[in-house]
Amino acid sequence: MSLDHSDITKIAHLARMALDESQVDAYAEDLSNILGLVEQLEAAETDAIEPMSHPLHMAQRLRADAVTEEDCRDENQAVAPSVENGLYLVPRVIE
Amino acid sequence: MIHNKSIVELGAGLQTGEFSSVELTHHFIQRIEQLDKDLNAFVSTTPEQALAEAESADQAIKTGQAGPLTGIPIVQKDIFCTRGVKTSCGSKMLDNFISPYDATVVEKLKRAGVVSLGKANMDEFAMGSSNETSFYGPVHNPWDKGRVPGGSSGGSAAAVAARLAVAATGTDTGGSIRQPAAFCGITGLKPTYGRISRFGMIAFASSLDQAGPMTRDAADAALMLQAMAGFDPKDSTCANQPVPDYSATLSDSLEGLKVGLPREYFGEGLDPSVAASVDAAIDLYKRLGAEVIDISLPNSGLAVPTYYVVAPAECSSNLSRFDGVRFGYRCQQPKDLEDLYKRSRGEGFGAEVKRRIMIGTYALSAGYYDAYYLKAQKTRHLISDDFKQAFKTVDVIMGPTTPTPAFGLGEKVDDPVTMYLNDIYTIATNLAGLPGVSIPIEPVSGLPVGLQIIGNYFTEAKLLNVAHRFQQETEWHRLAPEDSRLNP
Repeated sequence: MSLDHSDITKIAHLARMALDESQVDAYAEDLSNILGLVEQLEAAETDAIEPMSHPLHMAQRLRADAVTEEDCRDENQAVAPSVENGLYLVPRVIE
Repeated sequence: MIHNKSIVELGAGLQTGEFSSVELTHHFIQRIEQLDKDLNAFVSTTPEQALAEAESADQAIKTGQAGPLTGIPIVQKDIFCTRGVKTSCGSKMLDNFISPYDATVVEKLKRAGVVSLGKANMDEFAMGSSNETSFYGPVHNPWDKGRVPGGSSGGSAAAVAARLAVAATGTDTGGSIRQPAAFCGITGLKPTYGRISRFGMIAFASSLDQAGPMTRDAADAALMLQAMAGFDPKDSTCANQPVPDYSATLSDSLEGLKVGLPREYFGEGLDPSVAASVDAAIDLYKRLGAEVIDISLPNSGLAVPTYYVVAPAECSSNLSRFDGVRFGYRCQQPKDLEDLYKRSRGEGFGAEVKRRIMIGTYALSAGYYDAYYLKAQKTRHLISDDFKQAFKTVDVIMGPTTPTPAFGLGEKVDDPVTMYLNDIYTIATNLAGLPGVSIPIEPVSGLPVGLQIIGNYFTEAKLLNVAHRFQQETEWHRLAPEDSRLNP
């Protein structure tokens, strides 16, 4: 699978990541090479194989529906780029 | 010299009052000041905090409340959240991030009484095998400063090897503890997936990531693992399994131990001098009573390609949390919300992280999911089954940790695929979730070489026993880069 300039632009948009226009072709080449490596998987016979999502095949643990966290809002927001009255500030979304 | 001593030896000295933890900590702070400018193993140092912790440790020792790690100076990989201390994960994205909480590993080690000297450099978000993707620049290998220390836990490995810390924490997603341990001549243990809590350990690939100790020797690794391991309700994948006494069985006899040698780990691509060093180590195990059995892990060739679907897919999902809104880097003057997301991420992430996010995004996107992600989950099963089969007949599996000793800085950084193949012997154990340890064996041309020992699930005690018995018979783990035998 070979990716071109427009593929990279589309993927970068899906990942919400701005790329320097001058670097797009280099990413296209790198990603195509990585996908070339990944293509080796095609040769593996996997029709009867179950997908493995977790190394220990463990079930998700359940816990009581009780509040365990303390209020750490101020501490957590101290590292935010921009907050006001306990709210995170971002550029205006609705005109 | 005091900095050449292991945790076990230093613990004895602290107990008898030969030196105090404050003296020990001063000594390491001085070494870091003198030597780290040439290594770049530390992202940040916390000398004041370290000395305060050392004072408390000395109090605990005086009042008879000390444990085996009390007062021992270590370094935390900068992937672990440390309350009040910058936690960068090697990225510009988190260069301004002062963590509001401690990772469980950090909390547990604090409770065990360690002294934290600072935070270790690493590949950005643990993505790399050479420590060259760090926002803070590469770490230099203390054995040869023109070479890489390995990655992603390169700063941790270099700090322990150069005697800038007694021990370090690391994390291993595809070899990130074992490969730098091999390149720097130290002992590095990647435990079973779920053995140690991932809470507060910045996520890269959640089904593969596992923390572990990086130390001088296996006896020290046993002490560190003892403190780090155990159930944590804050990590839903942390295993609720009893933690055995890892030090108790270190010296057990290896008589009758069945060692499997996978032929796939000794084939093309393995440096002949590394192979010779591994063969010599295996001969020693035979003399210690081990029985060596040829085995096959037929799907080994699928491990690297499987990993480069699974890990990027999980990374693209995990790293979506970095959006310039709640913490981390935010771009200047965003014109709208989308611009804020895109430029914060575009400017905050380095090239390798971007590559992996894009591969993962692509593999998970509509129309490609079955061909990439589902396929890789199936080949992951094949790889895991190979090990299951092997462990029906053998107790441990041995082979080289890496195909070559440390390579030169800049040698592979422009060619991602070549860089990825460096982890060819370590990646499969992460996919299967198995524990593995790398220990130093006979060096090649003055460069350290690692023997990898892989065990079945939750057999860390056996791995450390197998490693320790070797270290009782050899001196390789005692060599320091300053040692004249290697650097005439």
